[in-house]
Amino acid sequence: MDFTLWDIVRNLLTGLQWTLLLSLVAFVCGSAAGLLLLVARISEQPLLRGAARGYIELFQGTPLLMQLFMVFFGLALFGLDVSAWMAAAIALTLFSSAFLAEIWRGCVESIPRGQWEASGSLALTRFEQLRHVILPQALRIAVAPTVGFSVQVVKGTAVTSIIGFTELTKTGGMLANATFEPFLIYGLVAVGYFILCYPLSLSARYLERRLHAPA
Amino acid sequence: MAYQFDFAPVLAQGDLLFKGALFTLQLTLIGTVLGVAIGVVGAVTRAWRLRPFDALFGLYVELIRNTPFIVQLFFIFFGLPALGVRLTEWQAAVLAMVINLGAYSTEIIRAGIQAVPKGQLEAAAALAMSRFEAFRYVVLQPALAKVWPALSSQIVIVMLGSAVCSQIATEELSFAANFIQSRNFRAFETYLLTTLLYLLMAIVVRQLLAWIGQRLLMGRR
Amino acid sequence: MPLLRVSALHKYYGDNHVLKGVDLSIEEGEVVAIIGRSGSGKSTLLRTLNGLESISDGVIEVDGEYLDAARADLRALRQKVGMVFQQFNLFPHLTVGENVMLAPQVVKKAGKAEARYLAEQMLARVGLSDKVDAYPDRLSGGQQQRVAIARALAMSPKVLLCDEITSALDPELVNEVLSVVRQLAREGMTLIMVTHEMRFAREVGDKLVFMHQGKVHEVGHPREVFAAPQTAELANFIGAVAGG
Repeated sequence: MDFTLWDIVRNLLTGLQWTLLLSLVAFVCGSAAGLLLLVARISEQPLLRGAARGYIELFQGTPLLMQLFMVFFGLALFGLDVSAWMAAAIALTLFSSAFLAEIWRGCVESIPRGQWEASGSLALTRFEQLRHVILPQALRIAVAPTVGFSVQVVKGTAVTSIIGFTELTKTGGMLANATFEPFLIYGLVAVGYFILCYPLSLSARYLERRLHAPA
Repeated sequence: MAYQFDFAPVLAQGDLLFKGALFTLQLTLIGTVLGVAIGVVGAVTRAWRLRPFDALFGLYVELIRNTPFIVQLFFIFFGLPALGVRLTEWQAAVLAMVINLGAYSTEIIRAGIQAVPKGQLEAAAALAMSRFEAFRYVVLQPALAKVWPALSSQIVIVMLGSAVCSQIATEELSFAANFIQSRNFRAFETYLLTTLLYLLMAIVVRQLLAWIGQRLLMGRR
Repeated sequence: MPLLRVSALHKYYGDNHVLKGVDLSIEEGEVVAIIGRSGSGKSTLLRTLNGLESISDGVIEVDGEYLDAARADLRALRQKVGMVFQQFNLFPHLTVGENVMLAPQVVKKAGKAEARYLAEQMLARVGLSDKVDAYPDRLSGGQQQRVAIARALAMSPKVLLCDEITSALDPELVNEVLSVVRQLAREGMTLIMVTHEMRFAREVGDKLVFMHQGKVHEVGHPREVFAAPQTAELANFIGAVAGG
């Protein structure tokens, strides 16, 4: 079977769409889970704090590939027949939540203690302090590293090709086998990721610079 | 929930896991030494704006940081033979890790070099040191010390990322896990233990790097 | 034959004409104080003398080393011209002893034992023999500056440039540094200091150079110049410093 260059590009673009979709799902769900995790991580309950810490340590200290396998084979133990897509979305969400929570914790901790003390002295509860005083300030600092991390999420989706999710890398692998042109195909695959990631990297750098620019 | 966990068949293959873990550590060691070496050269080139190499390193850094490691690995292992460059599995794995870490450490170390106060360079110049001597004796160590935590994190990330090298049959830890679970059909137990082994390695390597940083870079004995 | 001669020195930063034809001649063993308002070009002048600032036109000669806009053997020049900075600029990752030993070892290829011996001697000169193995951040500002002086002396320079070396110090630490400089002057070291310490300049200096708008505006013996300034600008400056 003969592939024209257009056939190859068209197939890769389909794969790219799945990469994009998985990235979005993982980033959005990961952010939501990460926010909960953040609240737990900076809670005053030692048990909750410890659990969040352990969770973050686990996901930052193990390969994403192993996390994928654990979800894929772990859910199967419960008799659930998980598709590659489900496993990929769940694992990447868990992975993203751990990293985002840790990034955001750094931002929260960079808010001066006086802000906690001042809002506490106004009789705000801890949740109200976070909601009205701390998080709005931390958010400003958090934007740049959060956008920066989105690059890691997009790149992370490539690992899901290993459990058979047909995103960009997997599509590339199948095309490379069919066309015997791995140099061209993997080159194009790399270009595809670059097109997704580079604008994100640039924005992260721009945001970072703007934040540090004298007001 | 009738599933009965059984770790015995995995533990029976413990020596395979152990060998795989050692191989992963070996890859990481070589990748770290060569990757950081590239990082130092790249960082100086970028920080000093040595034309035209600074632009080349800039391109290299952006290309690597904005594409997934597994694609870089596949490109090296499956793609390069088209150019007549045929590498064994472990050579490809090491090369991919070196190139990957080289790009990240270029940026990390550059930040360290640029954080060294200008007065340090002036003091070195006033003592008649050349630019290179000033870099070697005055700039390098404080710059590395400053970014060592960031560099250490990146080294651990690269080690964990090397798990995908199993896909080109590099016989590291995740390859051993795949092999074991294909024999005993205890996938969950196998990957659980392997995951914990990676976690242990990450913790140990992080501690080791912190210790090395203290000894070699912080100067305090 | 003067030890150091500056002729028709010009320096531009872009369109900004910072030094507008400086002529200056300094004999061996002379202690020279350069004074002037900020922006008068005094620090720039000092920094051209060891090539930290390039020059746009003119000539600098130090003990046979020759420097102009086109060519300069900075390595040779800087071995003859030492410098001490306002901010000390000690190397934080090296001990006090290693700070002093570094340049003799790297630039002059001295052996370790030789460099160590030299460092001990230099540190004794500034009264810090007991700090050889301490790190700079364990020292007071005054002690750090004295180490910086020892570090410069270890290269046996012909001239020592001092760029506002007491300006970053707490008032109670100024004297320990000045007394080291006074001792150097007594031993015959050629010193060129940019300074705000007028009393010290008058007491120790052999020559006072008043910089104004990028030129040497007035030169003379400190006591005479202070007693009877020849120009209104210097009179103003002295009045402002004394009054302030």
